[in-house]
Amino acid sequence: MLGCFYAAVSIGLSVSFGLLDVPHVAHPAIMVLGSYCTWMLSVRGWDPIVAGVVLMPLFFVLGVLIYRFYYEVFEKRGSDAGVRGLAFFFGLAFIIEVGLILVFGVDQRSVEAAYIGKSFSVGDFRIPMRMVVAFGVALLLTFSLSIYLSKTFTGRAIKAVAQDEPALRLMGANPVRIKQWAFGIATAVSALAGAMLIIVSPVEPAIDRLYIGRTFCVVVLAGLGSMTGTLAAGLILGVAESIVLMQLGASWAPAVAFSLLLIVLGIRPQGLFGR
Amino acid sequence: MSGRNFWIGAVAVLVLGVGLPLAPVINEYFFYAGYMVLTFVVLATAWNILGGYAGYVNFGPPAFFGVGAYAAVLLFKWVQAPLAAQIAGGAAIAGLLGFGVGLLTLRLRGIFFAIATVAVVFIMETLMINWRYVGGATGLQLLRPPVELFDSYTRMLFAVMALMSVAAVSIARYIQVSWIGRGLRALRDSEEAAESSGVPTLKLKLFACTVSGALMGAAGAPMPMYLSFIEPASTFNLSYTIGALGSAIIGGMSHWLGPIVGAILLGTLQQVVTVTISSEMNVLVVGVLLVLFVVAAPEGIVGLFKRIFKK
Amino acid sequence: MKIFSFLLGLIFSAGALAQQPVKIGMSMPQTGSLGAGGQAALVALRMWVEDVNAKGGLLGRKVELIVYDDQTNAANTPGIYTKLLDVDKVDLLFAPYGTVPTAPIMPLVKQRGLLLMGNFSFQVNHTVKHDMWFNNAPWNDASSWFDGWIATGQKLGGKTIAFLAADQEFAQNLANGARELAKKAGLKTVYDQNYPPTTTDFSSLVRAIRQANADLVFVASYPNDSVAIIRSVNEIGIGNNVKLFGGGMVGLQFTPNMVNLGSLLNGVINYNTFVPGMKYPGIDEYFVRYQKKAAEAKVDPLGYYITPYNYAMGQMIEQAVNATKSLDQKKLADYLHKNEMKTIVGPIRYRADGEWANPRVVQAQFRDIKDKDLEQFKQPGKQVVISPEAVKTGEILAPFEKARK
Repeated sequence: MLGCFYAAVSIGLSVSFGLLDVPHVAHPAIMVLGSYCTWMLSVRGWDPIVAGVVLMPLFFVLGVLIYRFYYEVFEKRGSDAGVRGLAFFFGLAFIIEVGLILVFGVDQRSVEAAYIGKSFSVGDFRIPMRMVVAFGVALLLTFSLSIYLSKTFTGRAIKAVAQDEPALRLMGANPVRIKQWAFGIATAVSALAGAMLIIVSPVEPAIDRLYIGRTFCVVVLAGLGSMTGTLAAGLILGVAESIVLMQLGASWAPAVAFSLLLIVLGIRPQGLFGR
Repeated sequence: MSGRNFWIGAVAVLVLGVGLPLAPVINEYFFYAGYMVLTFVVLATAWNILGGYAGYVNFGPPAFFGVGAYAAVLLFKWVQAPLAAQIAGGAAIAGLLGFGVGLLTLRLRGIFFAIATVAVVFIMETLMINWRYVGGATGLQLLRPPVELFDSYTRMLFAVMALMSVAAVSIARYIQVSWIGRGLRALRDSEEAAESSGVPTLKLKLFACTVSGALMGAAGAPMPMYLSFIEPASTFNLSYTIGALGSAIIGGMSHWLGPIVGAILLGTLQQVVTVTISSEMNVLVVGVLLVLFVVAAPEGIVGLFKRIFKK
Repeated sequence: MKIFSFLLGLIFSAGALAQQPVKIGMSMPQTGSLGAGGQAALVALRMWVEDVNAKGGLLGRKVELIVYDDQTNAANTPGIYTKLLDVDKVDLLFAPYGTVPTAPIMPLVKQRGLLLMGNFSFQVNHTVKHDMWFNNAPWNDASSWFDGWIATGQKLGGKTIAFLAADQEFAQNLANGARELAKKAGLKTVYDQNYPPTTTDFSSLVRAIRQANADLVFVASYPNDSVAIIRSVNEIGIGNNVKLFGGGMVGLQFTPNMVNLGSLLNGVINYNTFVPGMKYPGIDEYFVRYQKKAAEAKVDPLGYYITPYNYAMGQMIEQAVNATKSLDQKKLADYLHKNEMKTIVGPIRYRADGEWANPRVVQAQFRDIKDKDLEQFKQPGKQVVISPEAVKTGEILAPFEKARK
């Protein structure tokens, strides 16, 4: 179940990085931003999932703006862009994180909802309900995104722009608009992921650093651009972390995602399902 | 800058670096803050060898810095090693790590390399968290040995760091003007082209990784003595990345002068902001400046100067 | 302007003038895990500063308290205390609340030969062995926390014990002490885990403890983890054999946490320093004043756990300075070592290591707590003191799962 959750938070990155090749290290930071926005709404009485869904269009716009900016400044200007693009997003991630600290302080925040705190009993085994809820939303998200990308016109255009940009241009679609749209979707998805994050556990601003490892691990393991691969990779990561937790103890768990990432990068950088 | 001018400048800095701490009238806090600024000079210079000259963006300074610090702690706790030995040990082990990372990431470019370096940071941090001998997540309290010649240990550390800065910059300058630098620049502009014209890209990359790592480790080694305390979370903190990266980019990545300018500017600004406003603000300031320069002035301050003087 | 004078002051050390205020410097966790307790403690300290200034200050000079927020982060305190000493030029130091923020500055104060008034830390001086350290907390070693807890457990027939401790200075100091005492008492350890202090999800740890089938479960944790652990135990359950649960969980004494957790706390037997019903000279009037200020400042409204001890910290320094008529660190330290201090938490005498000669920490069990009710905590009987014998107010209810209903 943890795995599905990881898959859900990585899906946004799968699109922005996997399909669009944007070095979006700030993705987890935006997700944490989403968590805090969810928290702000939940303090006013909103249910966190509803809050997450409502935030999606806002974040979509945010994503479009960020991409536009990125494109104007970097992609247009060519080769040196790699270093600077990375530095830009890294700086952005820090700015978001510190911004959150300045506004909200370093304290942990969590949300209250009817399904948080209760659990299902399956024999002797009790499963917290909040994990089940997150699991459900994650699955829903993954499937909707998969369907969107394969069945709708824009969806397929997004996939196409990743594979062959000039061809797409010839077919009459504007690749920049498509990429913008895709990035917006990725960011919107992050908002919902952020809502789920704060349902599953308390959130504090620095948590984005840990998730850089987890999300990139999932995306790289999956192979760039594969949605179902993301789900599979998420599951693998989740299981791996749980095993390490039980065998070696809680102090080794953070390293799992990063170690897995290094291993995959070293052995099979295209990932399991990559193009 | 010609060779002779450089060495004159270097000696001048050395004299200042050792002379200032010996002067009793200057406030102790100046050296406390100044030590951090000098640390960033070394870190930024080291980062630039790989990042600026070769074009490989390294998010991992905390890994090498931290490894250097913990190597120093280990040597200190185990055999009561003196500071010089701690620094040598830190540099050696961090250099080894750099070599290892270089090997592991042989075929990785751009963002993959960067993410791999972040992975190394967290893995190193987790290793230290689980190693009780050096304190684990709790951390270790350290008692400084008595200091000679200088009024206080902090002043001595300042002098040591000044020495290290001069050494680091000399190394960076040497690399820049030598055939190594040319090779790295070729690598940065186009790795395929460089390879096909016979540049030993692999060896150069490994060399850059190792030297960069070793210098960062050396910078990290005195840190436990500086704080009288060490613990993993702050030692392996990604804010060292943004400091090193930021200094190099803001100062200018193509010349050895860049990281110095960037680090002094940024470092001093950080210290002032931390004392007068808050320590979060200082990270915000760095982040904003970084983004600003990356967007508007990618050549950094050195680049701006070049443009002004060429007119 | 501030920046300008800072830069000037940085370069030239100014000499001190006679009628300047007596500056007392410290960092206090106002955010982060200990934040809630730290904010409350600060209210108490400021109360003391007001009171002492109303009496004419110290040595005829006004007292000024300079405080920075260390965010419960050990990495921040060396820098803050160096700044307090070299930039703000304080005359006296108070330690931050908590073992974790205090640990890093122990070497610093020892090497500079400075007096440090400790603030609710646990055994933070045991490696550095500074002789000018004086803790305001009513405990000394692990036995003061643990003996009563273990004795109760053994009386109930407990033979096996599980340890869960955060990997940070406080919890490790406590757990290490507890482990030794458990061994001496002949208990068998069936589970022993340290977790990283940033852990937020305890489900797998709680499940593992359940599987280990321990009779006694001793937890050493900080506020954020304590709350998460209690919630996790309620979500997943700890097993029907467990007789005692708790022991060293910081944060379950902060009023906001007690109100938020409510009935989830029932059955937990945990340490505390003060429960309603205890009597000391001046303490009732203190609480009336504190609670008024706390309501204004929007911090812990009852302030039982830590605030009177912070006020006492001020009282002790006041007593020492007035008796020795100086701010000399060594003279003050000598006085504090040799004399008994009179405070609102009773008389305090120090051992050579700077801890209390006579501990007064209790182990109390939460009983009949209702959800979302602040007023209930003002009554005696909600935290039944099980140990030590001298102040006992009731018998333990076991097993743990039964006491939770």
